[in-house]
Amino acid sequence: MAETNTERVVGIDLGTTNSLVAYMEGDRPVVIPGEDGQNLVPSVVALNERDEIVVGNAARRYLIETPERAIYSVKRLMGRGLEDVREELKLFPFQLAEDSKQGEVLRIKLGDKAFTAPEISAFILRQLKRNAERYFGAPVTKAVITVPAYFNDAQRQATKDAGRIAGLDVLRLVNEPTAASLAYGLDKKKEGTIAVYDLGGGTFDISILRLHEGIFEVIATNGDTHLGGDDIDNLLIAIAIEDIAGDLGVDLRRNAEAIAAIRKTVIDAKVALSSEPRARLDVTLPGGKRYQREILRGQFEGLVAPILERTVGPCKQALKDAGLQPGQIDEAVLVGGSTRIPHVRELVKKLFAREPHAEMNPDEVVALGAAVQANILAGGSVATQDMLLLDVTPLSLGIEALGGVVAKIIHRNSTIPASAVEHFTTGVEGQTNVAIHVLQGERELAKDNRSLARFDLKGIPPMPAGLPRIEVKFLIDANGILHVSAREQRSGNAAEIDVKPTYGLTDEQVETMILDSFDNAEEDFRQRQVIEARVEADNILGALQKGKNNPAWEQLTSDEKKKIAKLEEALQAVKPGDDYRAIRGAIEALNVATTRLAELMMDSAVSGALKGKEMDKTGLGEGPSAPHPFAPAEITEVGRKDR
Amino acid sequence: MRLVLLLGHSLKRVDAGGPPARKSPGKTFMTTETANSDTHSLRHGCWSCATQIESHFCDACGKVQPPAPVDYFRFFALPRKLNINVKELEREFYKLSRKLHPDMYGRTSEQERQWSLEKSARLNDAYRTLRDPIERTKYLLELEGMKLEEQSKSATDAARTAGQEKKQVVPPELLEEVFELNMQLEEVRMAKKSGAGNVQLALELRDHKENFERKLVELDRELNAVWNEWDGALDRGDAAGRQELKQRMADLLNRRSYIGNLVRDVNEALEG
Repeated sequence: MAETNTERVVGIDLGTTNSLVAYMEGDRPVVIPGEDGQNLVPSVVALNERDEIVVGNAARRYLIETPERAIYSVKRLMGRGLEDVREELKLFPFQLAEDSKQGEVLRIKLGDKAFTAPEISAFILRQLKRNAERYFGAPVTKAVITVPAYFNDAQRQATKDAGRIAGLDVLRLVNEPTAASLAYGLDKKKEGTIAVYDLGGGTFDISILRLHEGIFEVIATNGDTHLGGDDIDNLLIAIAIEDIAGDLGVDLRRNAEAIAAIRKTVIDAKVALSSEPRARLDVTLPGGKRYQREILRGQFEGLVAPILERTVGPCKQALKDAGLQPGQIDEAVLVGGSTRIPHVRELVKKLFAREPHAEMNPDEVVALGAAVQANILAGGSVATQDMLLLDVTPLSLGIEALGGVVAKIIHRNSTIPASAVEHFTTGVEGQTNVAIHVLQGERELAKDNRSLARFDLKGIPPMPAGLPRIEVKFLIDANGILHVSAREQRSGNAAEIDVKPTYGLTDEQVETMILDSFDNAEEDFRQRQVIEARVEADNILGALQKGKNNPAWEQLTSDEKKKIAKLEEALQAVKPGDDYRAIRGAIEALNVATTRLAELMMDSAVSGALKGKEMDKTGLGEGPSAPHPFAPAEITEVGRKDR
Repeated sequence: MRLVLLLGHSLKRVDAGGPPARKSPGKTFMTTETANSDTHSLRHGCWSCATQIESHFCDACGKVQPPAPVDYFRFFALPRKLNINVKELEREFYKLSRKLHPDMYGRTSEQERQWSLEKSARLNDAYRTLRDPIERTKYLLELEGMKLEEQSKSATDAARTAGQEKKQVVPPELLEEVFELNMQLEEVRMAKKSGAGNVQLALELRDHKENFERKLVELDRELNAVWNEWDGALDRGDAAGRQELKQRMADLLNRRSYIGNLVRDVNEALEG
């Protein structure tokens, strides 16, 4: 049945543009909203004026106001090295730390500080963790996190590292299209072959699955981890900048604030064009000039067609690898915000010769699927007891052999877990180490594939050349991550293996970051208290304003009114400061002083209700954070905002 | 199995100032498997309740058992026959997957989780190999100690790069045709470089391709016949007969692989 152990396992969609956390409630997965009532947490991290880390909606305004202190789409940098991101850096306003070197983990500047991509992702994960803990009123330490199906080993490892740094035990990484199919399959209870077309903010995946008797079996998967809504945005930004240079004679390519503002209007227009035939770009540039321009849907489609065309190749390859014709696909499912673009639907319809499904919320379906998987791992419930996920590795695994050629040892689209055993020997007398270069990719030459890591096998007993027989076992686990073990067979000794990940963090580095986060935990905790106290202060002050406009206010004595005014002033004075205890004290005092006012307001509200009004219109009812009597009157403002 | 020689470059550190090493998590990973071990049976006493059993799970207490060094056929409790009912194999695969997949071991001991990981890897490897008739045959020959030619493209390219003659096993009846084909392929490659197309050449190549594809169909028919003979010999306990059949299968597979590569080369030349 449902959770018998006390702790819940949540499902997390760590997206390029938005992140979500969800869990299985009974027989359906549900998204857990944030404190602001929103389901989506923008994957934006910023430093506010007080050098505090802010995540999500609260961080968005800093993208425009102080872009050098904010970062978005960090997923594009996960598991990547300097050479990979050189191109990205031209289009994104990321600043790398000055001491960034080839072959080292990238660090991105945020104001004066610098963080690795996993650390920044960890801030987002921590926010989601807090949202879940607040919702359950209990700690949450276990999660399932989704990754693009086409993510390579380094990118997956980086995601796991981010989870650890955030204090989460990542029970499983699930591929996003597979997660979406879980949510879809649970919902529809269908059997057959489905194609999941997942176009998000930064990555594209196409997966072909067979659903039967509760088994979700991936047959083939393909994609592009460098393709998504961001590319559409960047294209439009480039065009706008060119336009502006022509019309207004201003070159804004180096102006971060201007680009950020243009980016916002471009995204608004893009979204509008999904439902309107025309939209307007309208932005005030630094310096006061205003740029306006109308875009028609037809023009937009013409511009972005080449970008969307890039999804066709992977789709065709996936069908080929699956040995299927488009006509043999039973259902096509759309996932990811970018699939709201009508042109995408047309494209998918053509590719798979049928109308694609879009009933599930493309922003939420991956998180919901992750919650289903979390449920399966936690022991399952009646709804999921027959469900099993059989996923595949998206890229072939190979080792570099003589001549710079790659020998493939595990082929792409092999069901995981998967393993392979290879044998090595030495070329020189007395050699005690052997180095193995492991790569991922489909090309024939090592230099054209993705370097994963170099394994150094040590402790080989010295022998004549060619005599040692080293058995190396490669295992890709259910997360799609590689593990290696080795043994020299003549001596029977386990060979010690040092893994040098080409693009990742070492275990030591991750441990340090976890410890740092503990050190900062106290500071974090204090900061959080301050932030939360200020939010409550705002609540009660806002409620007081309403109270003043309420007829009940007139029923107070002038002494009472004076006392309230004084305490209101006191709270206003202490609120901007850092002393959260003082703020709470002032809140409490104001609370006490306004008790009678609250009671009077409640009485009139109740008599109003008894006159036949609905309860929620009187403003009475439970609020998400309502420790004091004023909260009920506030309920329609605070908390549940409808999207 | 393949021995890969890594020469002097393993002595010089290839990392040149890269990030410090990360300890492999695979330490707990050395299991009971050994290289030449592929024939033992699954029979043993359950670690949890000591009942004597011969399967992946204890019949008495249901616990998963440690990975045993059995070959792919044994893993599925199948004899080493070359005709397999793929539908039944698939059913068994799904049945075992439901019980062995790591997702089902979220709340067991670490040791059982590790075993499920290794066993499901083996399950997937075994299924992938046994369900494809050619892979199945290759695997069987390997089990029976036969070595097949390195006909892979990467081996050919490696030889080319190293400037060596790759050991070629040209089926004798094809010698002349292969010689002619290689000349034509070389012509096409030169023509491509200079940008000139050649319709006549393309047509001739297409003819060759169709000829080879016909040969492949023939080969597959022959293979089918040998599989039936093999299964019969196994039933009869005819060891000498099996020896001869192994040789024939190896020969057929080598030819098939060789011709398959030719078809691939022609396709590449004809494209673009």
